[in-house]
Amino acid sequence: MLECKNLTKSYLNKIAVDRLSLQLEPGRIYALLGPNGSGKTTFMKMVAGLVKPTTGELLYDGQPIGIYSKSRIAYMPTESYFYTYMTGVDAGKYYHDFFPDFNPDRYRQLLDTMNLDPTQKIAKMSSGMMAKLKIAVTLSRDAQLIMLDEPLNGIDIIARDKIVSTIIGSFTPEKTFILSSHLVDELEKIIDHAIFIKDGVLVMEGAAEELRMERGKSIVDLYKEIYAE
Amino acid sequence: MDFRSNIPLYLQVIADIKKKIITGQLTPGEKLPSTRELAALYQINPNTVVRVYNEMELQNLTFTKRGIGTFITEDAHRLSLLKEEMAKLLAGELVKELKDIGYTKEEFLDTVARIYDVTL
Repeated sequence: MLECKNLTKSYLNKIAVDRLSLQLEPGRIYALLGPNGSGKTTFMKMVAGLVKPTTGELLYDGQPIGIYSKSRIAYMPTESYFYTYMTGVDAGKYYHDFFPDFNPDRYRQLLDTMNLDPTQKIAKMSSGMMAKLKIAVTLSRDAQLIMLDEPLNGIDIIARDKIVSTIIGSFTPEKTFILSSHLVDELEKIIDHAIFIKDGVLVMEGAAEELRMERGKSIVDLYKEIYAE
Repeated sequence: MDFRSNIPLYLQVIADIKKKIITGQLTPGEKLPSTRELAALYQINPNTVVRVYNEMELQNLTFTKRGIGTFITEDAHRLSLLKEEMAKLLAGELVKELKDIGYTKEEFLDTVARIYDVTL
């Protein structure tokens, strides 16, 4: 469904993503792994159509990134992007206006399972609540490819468990998830496939169970091995 | 359940289910949770659960009724083998570890016997 060939993004003095070639299939949960600054966010932003690749090819269902891909791809950035005067209800309406595939019933359900009060002002929310709200609006879209940038960053254990169950619960064989993280251990159990990038370069990728079997190591151990200086 | 990270997850989940069958927490003929439910229960990827159920079916531990679900086998012979299988597997791991640190068979048996007596 998503294919990139020699995808490169370079800025004036830095190559953020360097000749990355990948092929992602439906029905899988991918972990995009690497320390801060390894190019995970830049990659996601290119797929979301927010950053233009410098060179290389990036195709979604065989088509270049554009109106079609944007209607099928949901992207949750790391930043919080809501107006703080809004409530959960407002954020839902805002999303509903932007995305025809937004499902308000599902949104209400997700807020409920994550114990969020829809009438609370975003300004009054803790960072954990904000993180859950971002997950809820993103997963309320009936998108085919869902990219969550650092979904578990800075969130307490209880909220993490909720987010992990919500991700598992909204996964179907037609959907693909890309979860980026530098907290590998949190994702170890729920991913199908691990993609390790370092300084914008793909260093290893493979099915999580195969990697564990072939190397007798956890994804966490592999991560440490790859990124240890 | 706590997972050990260097062993494939699906094998660990299978071992856990086997243990539940041996200890009677799961009974012959009982319906197992759906893929989705089991994924939520263990907090793992649904694809891993699919693999768990496929593998258990291959091992004749479960059978599938189309559109209804996965059930634990009622084959008493198959179930009686389960305990032994599990014991062999665990003993195998233990023996390997102790061989690695240079234990002889006698030392091993002696240690196991002593610990057996003081373990609840």
